[in-house]
Amino acid sequence: MAQKSSIVTESGKVRRVIVVGGGLAGLMTVIKLCEAGIPVDLFSLVPVKRSHSVCAQGGINASVNTKGEGDSPEVHLEETAYGGDFLANQPPIKGMTYAAPGIVYMLDRMGVPFNRTPEGLLDFRRFGGTLYHRTAFAGATTGQQLLYALDEQVRRYETVDVEDARGVVIRGEKMVRKWELWDFLGLVLDDEGRARGIVAQDLKTMAIEAFRGDAVCLATGGPGMIFGKSTNSVINTGTAASAAYQAGACYANGEFIQVHPTAIPGADKLRLISESVRGEGGRIWVPKDPKERRRGRDVPEKERDYFLEAKYPGYGNLVPRDIASRELFLKCFHEGRGVFNPKSGKNELEVYLDVTHLPKDLLRKKLAGVLEIYEKFVGEDPYENPMRIFPAVHYSMGGLWVDFEKSADGKLVVGSPRNQATNIPGLYAAGEVDYQYHGANRLGANSLLSCIYGGMVAGPAIASYVKNLKTSSFDLKSSIFDKAAKREQDRYDAILKMDGKENPYVLHQELAQVMLRDCTIERHNDVLDKVIAKIDELEDRWHDIGVPDTTPRANQGAQFVRHLRNMLVIARVIATGARNRDESRGAHYKPDFKQRDDENWLRTTMAFYQTDGKRSAVNFVRSFDYTMLDKTIHVTDAVDVSLVKPRPRRYEQAGAASAAAKGAVDGGAAQKPKEQSTTATAE
Amino acid sequence: MPEKRIVRIKVRRQDGPTANETQRWEEFAVEWHPQMNIISALMEIQKNPVTADGKKVPPVVWESCCLEEVCGACTMIINGKVRQACSTLIDKISPNGETITIEPMSKFPLVRDLIVDRSRMFEDLKRVKAWIHLDGSHELGPGPRQSQENQEEAYPLSRCMTCGCCLEACPQVGPGSDFIGPAAINQVRLFNLHPSGKMHAAERLEALMGPGGVADCGKAQNCVEVCPKEIPLVDSIASVSRQTTKHLLFGWLLK
Repeated sequence: MAQKSSIVTESGKVRRVIVVGGGLAGLMTVIKLCEAGIPVDLFSLVPVKRSHSVCAQGGINASVNTKGEGDSPEVHLEETAYGGDFLANQPPIKGMTYAAPGIVYMLDRMGVPFNRTPEGLLDFRRFGGTLYHRTAFAGATTGQQLLYALDEQVRRYETVDVEDARGVVIRGEKMVRKWELWDFLGLVLDDEGRARGIVAQDLKTMAIEAFRGDAVCLATGGPGMIFGKSTNSVINTGTAASAAYQAGACYANGEFIQVHPTAIPGADKLRLISESVRGEGGRIWVPKDPKERRRGRDVPEKERDYFLEAKYPGYGNLVPRDIASRELFLKCFHEGRGVFNPKSGKNELEVYLDVTHLPKDLLRKKLAGVLEIYEKFVGEDPYENPMRIFPAVHYSMGGLWVDFEKSADGKLVVGSPRNQATNIPGLYAAGEVDYQYHGANRLGANSLLSCIYGGMVAGPAIASYVKNLKTSSFDLKSSIFDKAAKREQDRYDAILKMDGKENPYVLHQELAQVMLRDCTIERHNDVLDKVIAKIDELEDRWHDIGVPDTTPRANQGAQFVRHLRNMLVIARVIATGARNRDESRGAHYKPDFKQRDDENWLRTTMAFYQTDGKRSAVNFVRSFDYTMLDKTIHVTDAVDVSLVKPRPRRYEQAGAASAAAKGAVDGGAAQKPKEQSTTATAE
Repeated sequence: MPEKRIVRIKVRRQDGPTANETQRWEEFAVEWHPQMNIISALMEIQKNPVTADGKKVPPVVWESCCLEEVCGACTMIINGKVRQACSTLIDKISPNGETITIEPMSKFPLVRDLIVDRSRMFEDLKRVKAWIHLDGSHELGPGPRQSQENQEEAYPLSRCMTCGCCLEACPQVGPGSDFIGPAAINQVRLFNLHPSGKMHAAERLEALMGPGGVADCGKAQNCVEVCPKEIPLVDSIASVSRQTTKHLLFGWLLK
């Protein structure tokens, strides 16, 4: 028997759902839950308005076809699957691309100051991996603007009273309660292994507390800090995903880490220069003369090598990120043709990204936010001088494994409790923390979309789950919560007592160095073996840390010791996954295995946590079972490619990524899924 | 070999809001590196938390997140000026090795070291109802059409990252005053500009008409000087001020 009300328990307590993470995915989940009448406790490491979503610059994809180019959600689906080198399950992509226009319209209604056409409609620009104008944008700070819009809606729910089924206000209860500056420590699981709440820590007082929730949704973003300097925010350690993984959640496709081609080298982080710069006409080049001493602006046109345009005439500077990053790396690292620095006498790991040929008025209206970052942090005027940029770790396609239920038309069954569900009953995931939408390589401007869509799907899925739950977490005895809180308190107390000789920040730097150098653009098995050995060493040395701080308030040092351990665990998933996958696909590239190998590797990497008490280990499986509301669901690593048949990627040909939807591939999109896909060539 | 360049940083520290006895200045000397900013200097202190005179101390704590001046987290007072630590480049503020001083903001309750509690700013956003009152997130078609001019007016206003610089710099904000400050007033201008937001303009204006409202602005114009996003805050205050006057005089006619 399910509960009578999803608002109050049998014993009259208000039921809540816990959402961890206040970026786009978390906030959208909260909004959908509130609309379903379910009160929420929202936890976030930072005030939600400071979440990493603010860093997204370029825009959000939706095939609205306002430019009359013949774009459609079907083309968007195909290009996303193709860009992801066919590793993503296609029904979730289809659900997303068909929902995209509605999502952008919703954001428009929320007041996002999207750029406009002269007619007052939304303007769209080009992005990577497509020939269509599909990306809606608000200057070059679109992520910030989208986050603010959702944040404002959630703030309104903070002022809305909870009402019972008859519409009577329950005094003192608001639809949303925020717990900002709280760190997620772990799940509370009941005897059947069901998520019943979380344990979290107040980062001001360091108090540790258990919270009840009828379901938990992690929307905690990616693990970019594992690589040290990246385009990610400092909070993106992946600690929550790691804790869930250590509690038994499956982590999928961890080895697929996106390196963005254009970022500014920096001492503390690598600041992103958006793909929209190229979408608006920015060009990448190096001087033809490797010893060119003139400044970029003084090098004449005919002495410049626009190498992406030359090699990929079809998509040019807007080839997908995995390809662009590899080409930049090849140019700078292998050919030694990066921009020459007369002072150091060597070719730096830098190429030019040039917008100086574009009208200044266009740059100011559409790209000011990102050009301002370059100006502030480099101290050069990008309106006059070509920018100097290099690739940087940017996004994790992999993440917590989540389920989906396919509808008859190849999308998702709206409101199915299986959508966005992890294999731990009652635990959901949405946003970059999940693995669902991008396969082996994410297309630009699809991340804001997948975050919001993930939240839109997770909300109703959780609502269904909660409605069908037999016993509410709020009616369970307190002992399981007390036990979980004590477990985390003991762990924290043990960290405070660590008196070894290692500094956690130094260990992190060592981890980041090997991960960045050896586990990103190019991967070699012998080198990966050394990376894994280094992780072994660092996990051992972690036990010999001297906690840098024992102050009872705002103790960031002790918190970092915990995050570091969680980073090491996910680093091992990434490195081991990369070691095992002997092929090249999307962002995962092995010079010794240049081919994409669909026969052996068109499958999801599924990792489970193991440990001997000292070191972590990874258990890779081909299938597993999980329980959803008393039903057993069998999961395999097969990828659902029923909508767009896998074929080799050919970005040197214009329109190659949308050929099936446009009828230019034999048999169209998915008319002949029976044919066995053969081994294909990566570029 | 050129001599190692050293960056000297003096940090004002305190263990907690009531722990006045722990208030102290600590000086650190860290090795210079290219593209160094305040954050990367503080990160060096984390790796080797030893003061210039050789004392081992707990690492300095501070708030930061995006490190590219869009999240608003890392506001501090650097050499007496309130600003974002991430966009403060060492070479610019200390070209000849001058000692740099860093303090927490003074207008917000201290948490520890450089961390302060800015939650009042988020509460203020509730007070002025800084949102569009949406019917729901389900599909209802596009929003109202808007001119490019309207977008170009709204967009700069909407880049406020709640960093607190304007409140810190405002002489009217502080103990003994409940002035809401420029940030929230600017949000009222933003939402009252929007075609759907306008429908609830009166509620927002009324929230700013009582004590601590827009009339408490002393016109010092410090806010616009320190805003890292160059938001025209003085214009926003003037605009909202006009709107409240109009609402006060004629608002009853519309009821």
